[in-house]
Amino acid sequence: MVHGPEYQPKTAFTRWLDQRLPIVRFAAEFMNFPTPTNLNYLWTFGGILAICLVIQLFTGIILAMHYVANTALAFDSVEHIMRDVNYGWLMRYTHMVGASMFFLAAYIHTFRGVYYGSYKAPREILWMIGVTILIVMIATAFMGYSLVWGQMSFWAVTVITNLFSSLDSIYKGLGTSIVQWIWGGFSVDNATLNRLFSLHYLLPFVITGLVGLHVWALHVTGNNNPTGLDIRNQDKETIPFHPYYTVKDFFAIMVFALLFAYFVFYVPNYLGDAANYQTANPLQTPPHIVPEWYFLPFYAILRAIPSKLGGVCAMFGALVILYFIPWLDTSRVRSTKYRPIYRYFFWALVISCISLGYLGSKSPEGSYLWAARFFTIYYFAHFLLVMPILGLIETPTPMPASVSESITGRREPRSGRGGMHPLPAE
Amino acid sequence: MDSTVDDHSDDVTRRDFIYIATGAFVAIGAAGALWPAIDQMNPDASALSLASVDLDLAPIQPGQAVTVMWRGKPVFVRNRTPEEVQKAKVVPLDDLKDPDARVLGVTAELPATDENRTKPGKENWLIMIGICTHLGCIPKGQSPADEKGPYGGWFCPCHGSMYDTAGRIRQGPAPRNLDIPPYQFVAGTKVKIG
Repeated sequence: MVHGPEYQPKTAFTRWLDQRLPIVRFAAEFMNFPTPTNLNYLWTFGGILAICLVIQLFTGIILAMHYVANTALAFDSVEHIMRDVNYGWLMRYTHMVGASMFFLAAYIHTFRGVYYGSYKAPREILWMIGVTILIVMIATAFMGYSLVWGQMSFWAVTVITNLFSSLDSIYKGLGTSIVQWIWGGFSVDNATLNRLFSLHYLLPFVITGLVGLHVWALHVTGNNNPTGLDIRNQDKETIPFHPYYTVKDFFAIMVFALLFAYFVFYVPNYLGDAANYQTANPLQTPPHIVPEWYFLPFYAILRAIPSKLGGVCAMFGALVILYFIPWLDTSRVRSTKYRPIYRYFFWALVISCISLGYLGSKSPEGSYLWAARFFTIYYFAHFLLVMPILGLIETPTPMPASVSESITGRREPRSGRGGMHPLPAE
Repeated sequence: MDSTVDDHSDDVTRRDFIYIATGAFVAIGAAGALWPAIDQMNPDASALSLASVDLDLAPIQPGQAVTVMWRGKPVFVRNRTPEEVQKAKVVPLDDLKDPDARVLGVTAELPATDENRTKPGKENWLIMIGICTHLGCIPKGQSPADEKGPYGGWFCPCHGSMYDTAGRIRQGPAPRNLDIPPYQFVAGTKVKIG
């Protein structure tokens, strides 16, 4: 466990409280947490994500004061929020844009983890909790979008819940029963909408709990850093989280807020689909059913596979495979900074994901379909072939001996001090 | 090593300025972000649009009464007979439990005379909020079959408050006369409440 300086309660009251519920100790240890000195701005996205979660909870609970989860009233209640409720437009647009911002930050945060090997031992559990958070976020966002009960809401729920009917090809009747159980009826209707609202309200609190576990797991091992090297001298290679990283995170959050505010106040509907401003019509399918941008890569993978069950497995598999990365990657080197060959494959992965996103918005035919198949194959090959094989054959570039050395550029005497006694000032 | 550098630790530094400026902007930003969150719970535009109700009085015969909804509350509109008006006018102010006319929207303290509780030239029309000032039940007396109590006005079945023909509390646990909402007679036989 990584420890900073021990908290000492200074007053009689804080001593009394510390013996009964050490929350001040908890907060003090969090603020003093020894954090590597060399973290770059990619490490600010954890804090940004926490703020996104708070914003979504806050605006969401306010929206729930005015929203009605009934098929006859839902769409109108959203317009009531936009037009009648004081600042309702602000709450709705912030929540809507906030979901996109949440995923933008989550994807950057995840790619940071892949690039710097933050998933490698001893951070495997930290990584897996993160993947779980991503999956619960996806479920939450999907349900939230459905609540508007516009054309896209209704048909997205119909399409995605219908996926489970693919289980009929494994065991006759199983898929249909499960789909009816999810729907609460014979089609997507009021029963479905009501339970989507209930679960959409629930899951963000599940996410909050998972985030607590995620930060706890992080504090056990300590942060990774851009070199991927372990911290060996806490005094020289780390600084207290507060004030250094609180201030840096605050600055990063302000820049992020600028982007957020640009969308909310100038182009709030840019990231959305106009079709969702039409009320849901169960008798008319929109010409193009397209999910929100953050789901497009998964949508592309779903439609790339010719078989229905195969497509479903591939789409879920694209998420599930992330759990196994700590064991799929055989490299002894954490950070891609020192992996010259892997670096190309990493960017190939990024390009594949972005391309799949683009292709998810297109009709799955002709060259779009073949491109989607190509990038889907690369996506899985990256995890199942590149990561296991490359780690064994790649020669890393020369690495500094320690984090200190990477910062100061000076060679440290390899005296095996083990970080117990800091070197005297020169 | 003795200090040859002057001690400037008491001077206001650039850092102090930055701390205070940041703190001030955070406070302003937080207030700016918090206000919409609080204001959204205030009545919204659709609730405020229910602020007035129009009513055509022509179908209401002398001795008849109707109840309309205004801002979610029942409003008693009675076309009083001359006897009912007279009965209200002769009551001395000292006999009243509540001497205040209880006209909403008027800041001056008006005595609870029948004239103050109606509009000049239209004293047969009594328009009041039909909520007992005790604990909020709706008093009986609107329909001809209702119990009107000994003062001929309204009778609250919950705890026995008794109102006279001007809607003033005479006996029982209610502390105040029935409130008079803001209203105006508009063209012809219509009245606009609120």
